[in-house]
Amino acid sequence: MLIPCPLCGPRDIREFTYRGHAAYLDRPATEDWSEAWNDYLHLRENPAGPTRDLWFHGQGCGAWLEVARDTVTHKVTSARLVAEEEA
Amino acid sequence: MRIDGYGHRISTGAASFTFNGRTIAALEGDTVASALLANDIRLVGRSFKYHRPRGVLTAGSEEPNALIQVGTGDAMLPNIRATMQEVYDGLSTRSQNHIGPLERDLLSLNDLVWPFLGAGFYYKTFMWPRPFWERVYEPMIRRAAGLGRMTRKASPHESERAFAFCDVLVIGGGPAGLMAALTAAENGAEVILADEHPHPGGRLLGEDETIDGAPAAQFASSITARLKATGKVRVMTRTTVTGVYDDLNFGAVERVGSHHAPQPALPQECFWRIRAKQAVLAGGALERPIAFPMNDRPGIVLASAIRSYLHGFGVVPGDKVTLFTANDDAHRTALDLMAAGVEVAAVIDPRHDAKAQGDYRLIAGGEVIDSKGRQALEQITVRHNGKTEDIATDCLGLSGGWNPSVHLTCHLGARPVWDADRHMFLPAPDAVPGLIPAGAAAGHMDTAACLASGVDAAAGALAAIGMQAARPSLPEANEDAGDSAPIWSVKGKGRAWLDFANDVTTKDVRQSAVEGYRSVEHMKRYTTQGMAPDQGKSSNIAALAILADATGRGIPETGTTTYRPPFTPVALGTLAAGAQGKGFAPERKTTSHAAVTARGAPMIEAGLWYRPSYMPLPGETHWRESCDREVAMVRNAVGVVDVSTLGKIEIFGPDAAAFLDFVYTNMFSTLKVGRVRYGLMLREDGHVMDDGTTARLGEHHFMMTTTTAAAGQVMTHLEFVSQALRRDLDVRFISATEQWAQFSVAGPKARDLLNGILDTPIDDETFPFMACGPVGVHGVQGRLFRISFSGEHAYEVAVPARYGDALYRDLVARAEAMEGGAYGMEALNVLRLEKGFITHAEIHGRVTAFDIGMQRMLSQKKDFIGKAAATRPGLLEPDRERLVGIKPVAAGDALLAGAHLFNEGADPVRVNDQGYITSVGYSPTLGHGIGLGFLKSGPERIGEKVMMVDHLRDVRVLCEVCDPVFFDPEGGRVRG
Repeated sequence: MLIPCPLCGPRDIREFTYRGHAAYLDRPATEDWSEAWNDYLHLRENPAGPTRDLWFHGQGCGAWLEVARDTVTHKVTSARLVAEEEA
Repeated sequence: MRIDGYGHRISTGAASFTFNGRTIAALEGDTVASALLANDIRLVGRSFKYHRPRGVLTAGSEEPNALIQVGTGDAMLPNIRATMQEVYDGLSTRSQNHIGPLERDLLSLNDLVWPFLGAGFYYKTFMWPRPFWERVYEPMIRRAAGLGRMTRKASPHESERAFAFCDVLVIGGGPAGLMAALTAAENGAEVILADEHPHPGGRLLGEDETIDGAPAAQFASSITARLKATGKVRVMTRTTVTGVYDDLNFGAVERVGSHHAPQPALPQECFWRIRAKQAVLAGGALERPIAFPMNDRPGIVLASAIRSYLHGFGVVPGDKVTLFTANDDAHRTALDLMAAGVEVAAVIDPRHDAKAQGDYRLIAGGEVIDSKGRQALEQITVRHNGKTEDIATDCLGLSGGWNPSVHLTCHLGARPVWDADRHMFLPAPDAVPGLIPAGAAAGHMDTAACLASGVDAAAGALAAIGMQAARPSLPEANEDAGDSAPIWSVKGKGRAWLDFANDVTTKDVRQSAVEGYRSVEHMKRYTTQGMAPDQGKSSNIAALAILADATGRGIPETGTTTYRPPFTPVALGTLAAGAQGKGFAPERKTTSHAAVTARGAPMIEAGLWYRPSYMPLPGETHWRESCDREVAMVRNAVGVVDVSTLGKIEIFGPDAAAFLDFVYTNMFSTLKVGRVRYGLMLREDGHVMDDGTTARLGEHHFMMTTTTAAAGQVMTHLEFVSQALRRDLDVRFISATEQWAQFSVAGPKARDLLNGILDTPIDDETFPFMACGPVGVHGVQGRLFRISFSGEHAYEVAVPARYGDALYRDLVARAEAMEGGAYGMEALNVLRLEKGFITHAEIHGRVTAFDIGMQRMLSQKKDFIGKAAATRPGLLEPDRERLVGIKPVAAGDALLAGAHLFNEGADPVRVNDQGYITSVGYSPTLGHGIGLGFLKSGPERIGEKVMMVDHLRDVRVLCEVCDPVFFDPEGGRVRG
C-alpha cells in the first residue's frame, strides 16, 4: 500500500504507523467524563468501504495524516495533513 | 538419452554432480532433471503417501514429483525442484521421502494397503482409543509425514533483500513478455523483465518454430539483446515473481547463488520488492496431465516438457515414446521427436476425428487405461474400438490441455472466469488494477497472437501512465494453435492421480463429494488436493472438473480454490533476509560503552540500548557483591552512571509552556526558567503513559526527558497532540537523545566532584535542588540539572555526545579518587527502589495516577490529556490495586518480581488474589529485601502481613506491607 504524503509524495506503508479512525481528531471539549468521552475513546464504526484514519509518517517527515481509503478495495484516495485546516 | 545437435540451454562444457552419492555427468546449462534424464535415470523420488516411484513430470517450476534435497550438512535445502536447480561441479543432491535406498523404499508397503488410505483416512482411523492419539498415533504419523527433511539448524546460507522500481514490470519472458518489454522500452519506459529461467524466451526455447524466418530461440535471444541495448530494461533472469500486493507492489525471488558453486560474496537468493506503475502478466500457461489409471509412473511426462527437454537440453526421456492427448498442439511432440530420430510408437487421441500431422501411428478415439513398469514405465494399455491393446513404451507424453497462469491476477481476491469455448479459466477483467494479462496467460495459444498481445498489453500500460505507445512491427509467426478438446480423466480400474505431490486420486475427489464435501474449498482440505509445495499447479483444474462431474454441477459453478502468494515456494530465510540477529535488533551504544566494557561490565539490553549491569572489581565473584558495593558507594561517597539513554526532547516556541500544561497532568507554565519539575503524562484513557523531568532552559525553551523505553512513543504522542489537537499552540520539538551524553553524578560528594570539572563552581545558593542551566565543563558548553533518581544529592551533567567518552572517564576517575566510582543498572535499581521511585515495571500501562499515589498531580486548574477519563467510575475506587512497598518478614527471605500477594492463610488461587509484586531488590542500606507492588487498598494496609506466592517457582514468603519510600522519607539528603 502506498500513502500519498502531502509533504513527501507517495510512500510505502512501512514508513507509517497506524493510530485509528480520524474520529480521534474530534476531542470533546469538556473536562468531565461523559457519554461523548466514552464515544470518543471507545466506539468506532467498522466500515466495509470508505473510511478515514490517522497515520504517522514516523520514518519520514513526522507528519500526522488523515488518510481516506477503502477497506474493501484497499484503495487510498487521498491524504491530508491534520495540522492544516480541512479544505 | 542425449541427442546431438539439440539444446539451446546447454553448452559443451562438462559439469558433474552427485545424486544419492552417484556421480552424474552433465553439461553446463543442464538442470538436475535434464541431466538425470540424459543419463536415463527416471526414478527420482517417492510419493508422499503411497511412496510410489516417481519421475520428472514437467520442465518448469510447477514440478510436483521431482523434489530433491540440495546441498549437505546445515546447508541442505529440501523440496528443491530438480527441474529448476541448475547443475554445477560439486553440486550434491539426494532424493526424498524414502527409508532405505530410493529403489527399495521400506515405506512403499503403504502402496499395498492403498484401499485403506483414501481421503479422510486419518480423520476416520485414528479416532480411538482417545489416549492413543497423543502417545501412539501422532508420533507415528509425524515420523512418516512431511516431504523432505529439516536440518534443524540455522542455514549458513545468507540471502538478501532489495527494492526496485519501474514504469512497467513484465512478468515472464516468453513471446508476449519479450514484445511487451520491447514495446515499453522503445517508448522510453523504465522496464523490468523478470523470468524464472536462466534465459528469456519461455516456450520459444522449447519449440521447433520460426519467427520472421529465424528459429524461435534465436528470435528470443535477439530481442533480449535489443532490450538490453535500449538501456531501459533490467532483464532479471532466474527471478520468480511470487506475489502481487496493493498498489502494484510485487514480491520476487532471484536465485543469485544457487546455480553455481558457493561464492562467499554472493547471497543464495535475493527477495525483491518491486514497485511498478503498471505491469504485464505474461506468465504463460501450464500444461495438464490426464488422470488415467496408473498415470504416475516415472517416464510419464508432459508432452510440452518432452519438447522442452529436446530443444532446450537435447534430452529425450525415453527411447520409444507414446503420446496421449486431445489437442493438435501435443502432436507436435511426435513430429519433433521423429525429426530428432526418436521412435514414436503411437499417438493416442480420444478425438475420433483427430488427424495425424505426420508419419506416425495415430490411434484416434483411443484412451490410455493402464500402465505397467516396476520402477519406471514399460508398457501402456490402450482402449480403442472396443478392444484393448498393450503398447511397449518407456515414455508417455501427456497433454490434457493448457491452464493459463492466472495466479497473480487472483492474489488480491479476484476469481478467474471460465471460458467455455476454450475450456480454460482466464483472468477476470481488471482483476488487479494495472496488471494486464498477455499471451498464453490471457488465453492466446498461438505464437503470433502471443506476440501481438504483448504489444497490446504494453500499449495499454503505457497509455495508463500517460506515455505514448508507438508499436513495433509484428514479426511473422505461427498463427495456428490447432484444435483441442478437453480431457480431464479416463474411467477405468485403478487409481488415477490428480495431485502427484500429495497422492490425491480421482477416487479421493469423488469420495469427498459423496461424503458431503462438495465445495471446492472443502474438497481441497479433505483430500489435500493442491496443498503440496506445487500448490496443485498442474492438478487443481482437473480436480475441480472431476468434482463438478461428481456433484452434477458445471465447472464455473464449482469454481476454483483461492490462489494465494507465493506463486512458488519461498524459503523463510529468504523472506527474513537481513532481519536475523543484529539485523532484527540492532545495537544502540552509549558514548561510555567502550569505557564500561573495558572495565568488564556485563551489558544488559534496555530496548535496543546496551547498559552496564554492574561494574565488577577484581576479586568480586558475584553480581550482588558489586551491586551492594555500588549502592553503598553512592550513599556514602559518589557514583557515576550514564543516563544518556533516557529520551531527550527539546521543546521550543512561545506556547511551549501551555503545550506542556496540556500533555502533563501538572503545571509547567508556573515553572521558572532555570528550574526542573517532575511531570506525569497520561494517555487519553486516563492511564499513566510515562513520567520524567522537564527543565525550563528559557522562557520559550524546555527540555523534556522520557523513560528509555517510552522515548519513541512519547515523541509520536507529542506530535499528535501538537498537530491534531492543539494546532492553536505555537510550539515545535525535536528529539535530542543522541545529541547529548548525560551522566548522573550522585552521592554526598557529588558537588565536590563536579566543582572539579565545572568552569564556574556551584553551591546550594547558585544551584539548589531542582535547578538547571548551562554550564562550562572543561571549557565545553554543557548543561547541568540538579535532579536525583537515587535520593542522594545528585546532578545530571550533559555535554555534546562527542565529549561523552572523555567526560565519563574523567568523572569516574575523579569519583574513584573520592572513594566513589562507576555504578550500573542493578545498583541504580536498588537506589530507586529504596526511595520508592517508579519505573515502567510499575507504570506498565494498566495503572492510573491514583494507583501510584499521584492523584494530587492531576491539576484542577486546566485541561490535560487523560483528565476526563481519569475520573471515570471505577478508576478512583479505594480497593483498586495500589502502589505499596513490600518487605519480607524474615530479613533473609528474597522477594520475587511477578509473584502474587494473598491474605495470610487464604487459599492462593485466583479469586483470592490481592495484588502482585513489580520490582524487587536487596537493600544493603537496610539489610533486607525490598520490593514495590500493587495491593488492593494498598495504602490503607501498611503494616499488614501478606503472603507472597510464586506458583511458577514454587516460592512462598511472608511479607509486610509498607510505605513505598523505604529510605530517607523526609528527603533531606537530596537537598544536601
